[in-house]
Amino acid sequence: MSRKIIKSKYDLYEEKIETIAEVPSEKEKPLAPNSKLKYVGKDVNRYDGYDKVSGSAIYTIDKVLPNMVFARVMVSPHPHAKIKSIDVSKALKLKGVLHIITNENTSEIPWYYNTSKLFDKHLRYQGDEVACVAAETEKIAEEALSLIKVEYEIMPHVVTAESAMKENAPKIHNNGNFGRPSEYTRGNFDEGIKQADVTIEDTFTTQVEVHNPTEVHCSVVNWDGGKLTVWDSTQSIFSVRDNVAQSLGLNASDVRVVKKYMGGGFGSKLEAGKYTVMAALLAKKIGRPVKAAMNRREMNLSVGNRPDSNQTITIGTKKDGTFTAMSHIAYGVMGAYPSGSSSYWPLRSIYKCPNIKIDNKSIYINAGRARPFRAPGHVQGTFALESIIDDLALKLGMDPIELRLKNYTEVDQDGDVPYTSKLLKEAYEKGAEEIGWKNRNKIPGSQTGEIKTGIGMASQIWWGGGAPPSYATLKLNSDGSAKIFSGTQDIGTGTYTFMQQIAADVLEIPIDKVNVDLGDTGTMPYSGGSGGSMTAPSVSPAVYDAAIQMKQKLISNAAAILEVDESNLIYSSGNISSKNDSSKSIEIKDVVGKIHERVLVTTGARNENPNGYAINSFGAQFAKVEVDTMTGIVRVKKIVAAHDIGRVLNRKTLENQFYGGVIMGLGYALMENRVIDDYTGKVLTTNLHDYKMPTMQDMPDIKVIIVSEEDNLISPTGVKGIGEPAMIPTPGAIANAVFNAIGVRIKSLPITPDKILEALNSKS
Amino acid sequence: MSKDSESNKISRRNFLGKAGTGIVGSTILISSIGAADKTGPDLAEAPPIDPKETDILNLWVNGKKQKLKINPSSTLAEVLRNKLNLTGTKIVCNQGACGGCTVVMDNKAVYACHMLALDAAGKKVVTIEGLLEGEELNHLQEAFIEKDGLQCGFCTPGQIMSAYALLLSKPNPNREDIMEAMSGNICRCGAYPNILDSVLLAVQNKN
Repeated sequence: MSRKIIKSKYDLYEEKIETIAEVPSEKEKPLAPNSKLKYVGKDVNRYDGYDKVSGSAIYTIDKVLPNMVFARVMVSPHPHAKIKSIDVSKALKLKGVLHIITNENTSEIPWYYNTSKLFDKHLRYQGDEVACVAAETEKIAEEALSLIKVEYEIMPHVVTAESAMKENAPKIHNNGNFGRPSEYTRGNFDEGIKQADVTIEDTFTTQVEVHNPTEVHCSVVNWDGGKLTVWDSTQSIFSVRDNVAQSLGLNASDVRVVKKYMGGGFGSKLEAGKYTVMAALLAKKIGRPVKAAMNRREMNLSVGNRPDSNQTITIGTKKDGTFTAMSHIAYGVMGAYPSGSSSYWPLRSIYKCPNIKIDNKSIYINAGRARPFRAPGHVQGTFALESIIDDLALKLGMDPIELRLKNYTEVDQDGDVPYTSKLLKEAYEKGAEEIGWKNRNKIPGSQTGEIKTGIGMASQIWWGGGAPPSYATLKLNSDGSAKIFSGTQDIGTGTYTFMQQIAADVLEIPIDKVNVDLGDTGTMPYSGGSGGSMTAPSVSPAVYDAAIQMKQKLISNAAAILEVDESNLIYSSGNISSKNDSSKSIEIKDVVGKIHERVLVTTGARNENPNGYAINSFGAQFAKVEVDTMTGIVRVKKIVAAHDIGRVLNRKTLENQFYGGVIMGLGYALMENRVIDDYTGKVLTTNLHDYKMPTMQDMPDIKVIIVSEEDNLISPTGVKGIGEPAMIPTPGAIANAVFNAIGVRIKSLPITPDKILEALNSKS
Repeated sequence: MSKDSESNKISRRNFLGKAGTGIVGSTILISSIGAADKTGPDLAEAPPIDPKETDILNLWVNGKKQKLKINPSSTLAEVLRNKLNLTGTKIVCNQGACGGCTVVMDNKAVYACHMLALDAAGKKVVTIEGLLEGEELNHLQEAFIEKDGLQCGFCTPGQIMSAYALLLSKPNPNREDIMEAMSGNICRCGAYPNILDSVLLAVQNKN
């Protein structure tokens, strides 16, 4: 099968990502519709189910190597300080301590885009790294940390965006507390507002949310001479490889990163950790493997969060609801080091509007740096946008869905190109029917009684169409079994399983004959990080291509073995036979058995994306809530998630991922909140008791409706990613349902009982 | 105890049968020793890398009697993971707030990260590994596969052990019983609807 090299272009926020990629040179015949397939689209059990339920799945935190030692990192107890001196002598004397690294005995390794170092004397948040101890056991390492004496020069801190933006605020970086702004204009906002009959403006705020994956961030490292192997709890093995190699001055090919199972990431595990590099430095010095792991407290301080937001949205409309202008002026905290906190993208992209003005500021504060978190910017942006749109609908006397349909767009507002597919209208229809939209309160808050119910909805847009480069290697063995290798990751999302399903369907072999190995930069072809809902749409076409090539290779080999012309051969159910002579037939395992090397290998590649189209996923979620007006407690009774996500690869794992997105969205809407004490600058929510996350008791009834089928303009598998879309509209839908129940708008997340009671009091 | 377990058909493990009765209180549970040279010959295989490993712990884990030399500040979860290499028991919050480390001790679910290992002296502990017979899964584990009661899988052993303990005390729980019993187990991936269905399927399959 012929190949070509292209410059692959992919949009993610403002970034126009360009990479060189090898892709099939011609458009491939797409995978058959799900109705004609045995495995794809069906309720296939998870490939890695056994390992996970039996306890035999080895996560990085479980990894034990012979002679391995343990590393623990000492972090700053102060939100803002400078190290005056460090004395490790007492710690080094503790029996079992092997080595300690600090800024005093480590070369300067740049970190956070050159704004800091691996060990920086200037500590900019509670959690910034001070020292790292290696010891025979984790307990000894932990004890050693308490014996390190550090003299700090305590500096004034700033932990809210509002105070950090003040002119006389303590400066976190030499050039101040403002990061790179996000500004954008389309048309002319002021002119658009002049054309409006009605305008609405309001400000919404959201909190900092912490990922808190169950498995702590951790690595196990081992040197073999100059070559380093890293077992890492990561969503992106190749990013970790490149980050670690660069930090240590190694060739990327001398670093091998392995990840088999990982206990959750949600965006927090897309980059290499300082602990990984520290572990490598310690291992080099000691000459033994090192495991470095964070604890739960550090998980809540140091490894990322969803930034907060203060969003002021203005919308101008004609009397009939047609938008004439929209603006999104916002700021949010990105923590102590460069990240982003913008939240405007839903407003910029989901509705038709000729005049847009955007100005989002990202602010440094003395707190842990933000990282991508399941639909960065979109969850908070959608909450604000979809809240104000409901308020606008009320003002205009329109049905909220009718107002959204009035401003529906069939073309991407940025590039003025059509979408490969957009079935948002269908999602509105089916979702509204399932939730009983017509039964919502026509006058919000009009129910009598202590418990009020409400129904609300919100829409969703995301990217997640996937892109090359992404490759998968397929081996077919002489026992008829197949094995797939790809440098992608399964982060609990079902990657192992859908790859197995696709190969089994294309080769027409039983699914249990197909095995999958993922997550090893040393032995597997490249695939990208598992973020941005990119994995399935990127790697499913690669495994499809590998299987199609394998089929062709088998036919060519069978032709030689059977001495029949290829064009006269038929491939069916793992058998290749002559059209004309039924005696000339061979099973594929025998084809492989007759080949000298007893194995056939192909490598498939993700196709290039089509020119002249935008690729986006769409969806709408509908919430039904009960609000207890005496206690202020909100209970989400039902969520309907109606989405356009292209082809369903596996119904079982798909629904599960939607449940997860909805429940995480519910947590964000109602309870999750990182709290920092302004006076001390310290985080008060550093454990899973104080940082509230949903449990089974909070679970609503969730109904998943997929309105789409395969989108073959994108790829031969026609898949869009679902991880992020599943969460984006949930908080907005819940907020609108709460408004529908009580008739007062809660403009700040999380919607906690105190806010409900305060709102009800202000109403009466 | 073994009778109860078998009549409930929770597991076909044979270790409970072998464990018999009368273990509790019949052996020396804890003894402190001052220095490594006082260690008995049966402990000689472990090099004394942690000088604070001064205490002897006797307990039953998955039907096997264990005598371990431990640091008395160790939690049960640490001992299971680090001394017995039973890494199916996960440490997530390390303070008894999430259920990731749930094991069953004397037929009750406990948070292994939230108790000192010495408090498990003489007790019978079952971990996720103890539900298997050879490589064969327990019906509860099978139900978690069938209903996809997991995503990343890290909280799964704790979820299954909570459900296992529930079924020991209440073989026919209803939906609300399960939600109550499992509400101390956080699944950050949010697989709760499927976790609930997994337990319901296990109950149904057993009946």
